[in-house]
Amino acid sequence: MPESIASAIAANRFGLGARPGELVLIGGDAREWLRAQLRAPPPELAAPALRSSAQILAQALELRRETQAQRRQSVASAAGAPEDSAKLRLPQFLRPIYVAEVTARLQHAVSTERPFIERLTQFWTNHFAVSVDKQFLAGLAGSFEREAIRPHVLGNFSDMLLAVETHPAMQLYLDNYLSVGPNSPAAQRRARREKPRIGINENLAREILELHTLGVGGGYTQKDVTTFAQVITGWSIGGEGARFGAGEPGRFLFRPELHEPGAKVVLGRRYADEGFGQGVAVLRDLAREHATAHFVATKLARHFISDEPPPQAVARLADAFARSGGHLPSVYGALIDAHEAWLEPLAKYKTPADYVVSSFRGLSVPVEADRAPLAPFEVLGQRTWQPGSPAGWPDRGADWDGASGLMKRIQWADAVGARLGNRRDALLLAPQLLGANLTTATREAVAHAASAAQALTLLLAAPEFMRR
Amino acid sequence: MERRDFLRRGALLAGGALLAARVAFARADTRSSRFVLVILRGALDGLASVPPLADRDYAGLRRELALHAAGEAGGALPLDGFFGLHPSLAFLHECYAARELTVLHALASPYRERSHFDGQDVLENGTPRPHALQTGWLNRALAASRAPAAREAGVSLGQNVPLVMRGPASVTSWSPSKLVALDDDTLTRITDLYAGDALLASRLADARAADAIASGEGAGAETMIPQGTPAAAKGKARYAETVRAAAGFLRRDDGPKVAVFDTSGWDTHANEGGAQGQLAGRLGELDAGLATLRQELGPAWQETAVLLLTEFGRTAAINGTRGTDHGTATAAFLLGGAVAGGRVIADWPGLSPRALYQGRDLAPTLDVRSVLKGILAEHLAVPSPALEQEVFPESFAARPLRGLVRT
Repeated sequence: MPESIASAIAANRFGLGARPGELVLIGGDAREWLRAQLRAPPPELAAPALRSSAQILAQALELRRETQAQRRQSVASAAGAPEDSAKLRLPQFLRPIYVAEVTARLQHAVSTERPFIERLTQFWTNHFAVSVDKQFLAGLAGSFEREAIRPHVLGNFSDMLLAVETHPAMQLYLDNYLSVGPNSPAAQRRARREKPRIGINENLAREILELHTLGVGGGYTQKDVTTFAQVITGWSIGGEGARFGAGEPGRFLFRPELHEPGAKVVLGRRYADEGFGQGVAVLRDLAREHATAHFVATKLARHFISDEPPPQAVARLADAFARSGGHLPSVYGALIDAHEAWLEPLAKYKTPADYVVSSFRGLSVPVEADRAPLAPFEVLGQRTWQPGSPAGWPDRGADWDGASGLMKRIQWADAVGARLGNRRDALLLAPQLLGANLTTATREAVAHAASAAQALTLLLAAPEFMRR
Repeated sequence: MERRDFLRRGALLAGGALLAARVAFARADTRSSRFVLVILRGALDGLASVPPLADRDYAGLRRELALHAAGEAGGALPLDGFFGLHPSLAFLHECYAARELTVLHALASPYRERSHFDGQDVLENGTPRPHALQTGWLNRALAASRAPAAREAGVSLGQNVPLVMRGPASVTSWSPSKLVALDDDTLTRITDLYAGDALLASRLADARAADAIASGEGAGAETMIPQGTPAAAKGKARYAETVRAAAGFLRRDDGPKVAVFDTSGWDTHANEGGAQGQLAGRLGELDAGLATLRQELGPAWQETAVLLLTEFGRTAAINGTRGTDHGTATAAFLLGGAVAGGRVIADWPGLSPRALYQGRDLAPTLDVRSVLKGILAEHLAVPSPALEQEVFPESFAARPLRGLVRT
């Protein structure tokens, strides 16, 4: 394989799309360019507008309390209008936070010199997906990524898993903060007063097993789901709701009074009751399961090698995961070493987000907060942090290559061409963006375009730019 | 009261042939049959949507979320005396009265685990196992249909094509756009550029065909949704737009005759609500959208069958957070002018602890593939051998449920 193809693969499939000059920078050793990115601590995303989950959530909870109080008042006085404005207050508080987070994330993705790390970050965020279509998540998805994913992207899977499951965003998204052990002190008290029953909610427990660790078919039963849900009863959030008292608002909180007492058996292993520690012990064991190694390896291989990755490559990644105890840079190293990753230059159809980010990088499109950086993701059908389900966005070409989706990319490319046409030279950029993947047909089309704007449109619409 | 209904045999035995002959004058043959599939992603609670009010175990399982009997304040809408309809489903109830709605209950796909994603995969791929095929039953049925079709036999409303619609038959996808259409010169150049790329060439041709139809229907531009609109209201507006677009494609004589779209928000683990609340709101939106569909289809409604399916049901009992967790059997709805409606088809297994599947879920007694085979054979002229082989492999035990549409 010529090194020029390797550099195009490194920049476009492992990275986020070549910036002008990047292919030259990668030079003759594409693998080393990737390995070097793993050596420093992961970059932090910092901007003055970005605040912690705890701050945001504490304020959102306070706002909701006020809104609810207002609503009760307006119901009492039979006035309709104030309720409507009250209803908008929470979205109006959350939206600017979402915009600031998306902007900071896009700015980083467009400018980073360690695009492999950013792609890995986004891979893990999608693996542990939350979705902003649930209340509060619009304000928390960005800080969730900064707090639970980024610090661990070059660390250990087990630590990331624990950070994710104890993050308020995940507790909220999959309803666990309300889950109560049927024999917990809180449930017993309630039963004595003959209040409506409270009990477990198995949503988070199921998705941890199915989506975060073992994978579906990873050897767990309905009984494991139910018992694991009991194990993590009491994992909750401070200041959430009047039902369970206070705690530090907006932070993860273990509430012993909600925890189901007793030793429990999950996946055939017995866990003594250590309160919060019981759930931590189960998560640590889940992270070490063979099924988890295989599941994570399959998803990584699908993302970085091809839609249907070769089983041998998956096996080597799983082996690296298992032998290193979930040390992620070791797994990434095995991925870089997988010869299968370097065979087919354009093995993956870009997702809309890939398409937008690579266009921004390739054409040096400025990311300005006032130009609504959210719009392209929304228009092309991949609104940031809104996969709509805990499974995250799908990762196969067939999920993204619809006719309407393609037409929208082309129309968006046309709009970008119109905006930047006079200030970018498509013919000059074509080899810098596409390297060895650039076809004669595309070069000819760009060269013979009717205008500079149309030349840019054709470059972005080219088959080799639709894939990575 | 335990009750096992075998309503499925009902009125079809006597006089069926006569009825068919008479109806043939009233409506055109299968060439003009329209079919809409709506996938409700997230597992619709069948026991909340179509509550078995007269089942003696129902109220105890659903506790504070149980719906009241028909006639009471906030009560369910009456169906056949045993089942009711959620009060948010007023339009569906109207269809029932007009014999244009059939409710199917205790229905499930062959999938027996509780993963949404595998459940949806089985519902769409048409085999007994997740990920067994990378194509969908509806597309394979279109490929086998004897009814003549336009270049694009089906349309998926959305940017991409869901699994159920992927496969050998040419289908397109369409969604409203905020973006400006390309000038002809640029579009021609891109078409030329894709000449060597089979996938992109075919997708672009499909997109151009769909756009041509959509612009003819005046459905081009996306409705402006003001900034700061809450997500729920935005979702509602998009859904209404999707429904109108589907109708725009289907009502034409030269367009696709099959449309697919999906809705989400059915995964009600917490605070599901009863006559009012979270699920009631979603059902209300769904119902209103279907009313819009009928209105927008105009006379074509008479030739249309709309099927609403979800991947599985939810637990019979409510959980500790006033919601329901993943279950097994659920309800489905078949409506439209072409439907032989006014019926609830259910071989009701009951909700006693012994009757529940694995002690927790409504037990399945009707295979969704029986329903699909019946509709595809009688409404879309898909030959029986194809149904048994390509469309639903390994499905012989699921016999076609006949008489769902007016033939």
